[in-house]
Amino acid sequence: MQNNNSIWQFFSSVKLALVTLFLIAVTSIIGTVIPQKEAAEFYVSKYGPKAAQIFTILDIPDMYNSWWFLGLLFLLGFNLIICSIDRFPAVWKQVTADGLALPPERLQKMSNRMAWSSDGSVSEVSTALLEKLKNNRFSAGSREHGESTVLFSQKGPWTRTGVYFVHASILVIFIGAIIGSLGGYKGSVMIPETQESNRVFLFGGKGVKELDFTVRCNKFKIDFYANGMPKEYTSSLTVFEQGKEVLTKVIEVNDPLTYKGVTFYQSSYEPYQDFVVSIKPPTGEPQKFIIPFQQQEEWSEQNLKFGVINAKVMGQSIVSSKLWFNDGSNSPESIWIDDGAEVNIEGENGTYTISAKQMYATGLQVARDPGVWWVYIGFGLMLFGLYVAFFMSHRRFWLLLTPAGNKTEVLLSGSANKNRAGFKSSFEELGELLKSEHKEA
Amino acid sequence: MDSSQLLGITTFTYLFASFLYIGALLFRSSKIGLFATWFTVVALVVQTAGLGLRWVESYQMGIGHAPLTNMYESVVFFAWTIVILYLGIEWKFKTRTIGAFALPLAFLAMAYGSFAPINKGINPLVPALQSNWLLAHVITCFVGYAAFAIAAALGIMYLVKSYFGNGSENGSNSLLPSLKVIDDIIHKSMIFGFIWLSAGIITGAIWANSAWGTYWGWDPKETWSLITWFVYAITLHARYTRGISGKTIAWLSIVGLAAVIFTYYGVNFLLSGLHSYGSS
Ligand code: HEM
Repeated sequence: MQNNNSIWQFFSSVKLALVTLFLIAVTSIIGTVIPQKEAAEFYVSKYGPKAAQIFTILDIPDMYNSWWFLGLLFLLGFNLIICSIDRFPAVWKQVTADGLALPPERLQKMSNRMAWSSDGSVSEVSTALLEKLKNNRFSAGSREHGESTVLFSQKGPWTRTGVYFVHASILVIFIGAIIGSLGGYKGSVMIPETQESNRVFLFGGKGVKELDFTVRCNKFKIDFYANGMPKEYTSSLTVFEQGKEVLTKVIEVNDPLTYKGVTFYQSSYEPYQDFVVSIKPPTGEPQKFIIPFQQQEEWSEQNLKFGVINAKVMGQSIVSSKLWFNDGSNSPESIWIDDGAEVNIEGENGTYTISAKQMYATGLQVARDPGVWWVYIGFGLMLFGLYVAFFMSHRRFWLLLTPAGNKTEVLLSGSANKNRAGFKSSFEELGELLKSEHKEA
Repeated sequence: MDSSQLLGITTFTYLFASFLYIGALLFRSSKIGLFATWFTVVALVVQTAGLGLRWVESYQMGIGHAPLTNMYESVVFFAWTIVILYLGIEWKFKTRTIGAFALPLAFLAMAYGSFAPINKGINPLVPALQSNWLLAHVITCFVGYAAFAIAAALGIMYLVKSYFGNGSENGSNSLLPSLKVIDDIIHKSMIFGFIWLSAGIITGAIWANSAWGTYWGWDPKETWSLITWFVYAITLHARYTRGISGKTIAWLSIVGLAAVIFTYYGVNFLLSGLHSYGSS
């Protein structure tokens, strides 16, 4: 599109792109130096009231969402769109160009050339060369120009559009980000073991989101390495919809649970002073009890008394607890149980299967982002586009056949839009191939 | 022989290889040059063995993971990638002079890893790092960084030649490739690095999304990687669409590497954020 309108020229220029990219890069530094999203008092006490006031005007405390920063990103996107509309038609013209329409004089001036002469008439040589090209997977066309004939073959004309895949990918990522910020949310929730919740506390003080299903934390567990470092945090979660159990999954860091587009990520935990004791009696249903440390609990239907009387701690976590257990008749037992492990205790009426563990709440990060697939598609497009733009090229070959007595003069010429050195050698290869093969015929 | 010994030896072999390449350049001796190449190949094999052994040792400790998870391991991998890429360039462009600029970078990375007060142990991975995306992320980023390091080494070479070579091709710098060739290899290294850095940022974003549901959070490390990416995007556009080349691009290759180093290193120590585990 040739457009001389000066506003159009401004927005389609690469100079603007360079300036915008530069401004985005430089201003991004601010948010890496000045802590983001702190309370107003923080900025006053750290930078003084005057600076804090300027910060507020310029949205520095949340600069990546500020009007001016989003404005720069918008300008980049707009620049890209206008630039592409401006230039794409010319690129498309080259992609679809008819190579056979090129005047034969131009072929004699190309930098890659190779000439030889072959026996036979122009049409015989032409047929043989077309056959030869076809066998080497070069689809070729031919056209007569007076006495001469031109053959044309090309590879990868579409690769000229590689840069446009890259540019489009940026727009697709932007679209995904916009969809995500308009249609999604992010927040967190703490769910104590054995309890359920349908509430998400949105980040940035944006209130509470009520889900139309609930999530129960069945169990939270920390595993440690021998040196005491945490090895894994895991939560067993169950989703309930209208009171009905629909899905159970054990999540860990890097392996979340997704239900109805809402994803629950393991992000933190909170230890309690209490213990969760599960007891499966010889007859009857198992049951879970939440009991404070060193307090006696009674399960009267089973005529049981029990309590946690001691515990071993690693860091802030209990790794083993000592359970005191009395089923009424026998003398009471006390036994060490590793956190989360099960033990069997032989009682008067049969075997009790018991586990005891510290009680935790699991901290879940909750996110819904309907734009993420756009972003991922954008990522794919970008890598594809970069590969095409940098490593693939549009290679064109022409053969000009002119009669010379009972022989035919053959001129092979070619050009590529990129990687000219690499093209030169494949050009020579093709030349040798066509030359030698034809002489034998 | 354990992995730390092998990697310790590597520091000195890269230093010696640097001297050999510089010697080959100064004395214009292709004999020294050939020796430099073979010596570097052997040093690379030693380092590869060191990395492999470290990997095996982590399994023997029961905490098996690829040796790519802390500052020390990443500088070692950085040096390794620089040397591989450099040998590739030497082979492809048939010139050894770049070695005099690239091998010192590999040596500096190893020396930093060996002598700086950073943790060199094989440590178990905290839960957030237990992801295959970690591998993809670290490898892609560091291949990109290594390519940018080589681009900057060439940038320095370009500037040395253009300021001290008096423009003549037969002065004391005649062993250096012509400015045009250097410029071309700078551009190719940058293109190569740009693709890998793009992949590095992308794999990082995917990892972040799978770990906590946010593919982009403007944390300082993320932001600096984007700034670095922009520096190279600007450079490629300036060159491709405005025909800028030569000294400007050479300087930009150095600015770009400065941004890389700040992203990789400065952020950990000067700024805070999610990636602060890198400082351990
Ligand atoms: C972060 C944003 C951008 C990225 C990652 C990007 C990426 C690229 C890449 C990789 C190339 C190919 C360069 C080469 O082959 O050496 C390119 C070319 C180009 N870019 Fe961008 N670009 C961006 C933004 C823009 C913007 C905002 C404009 C707006 C004017 C623009 C205009 C161009 C033009 C005109 C070309 C040359 C295309 C051609 O061959 O016809 N770019 N870009």
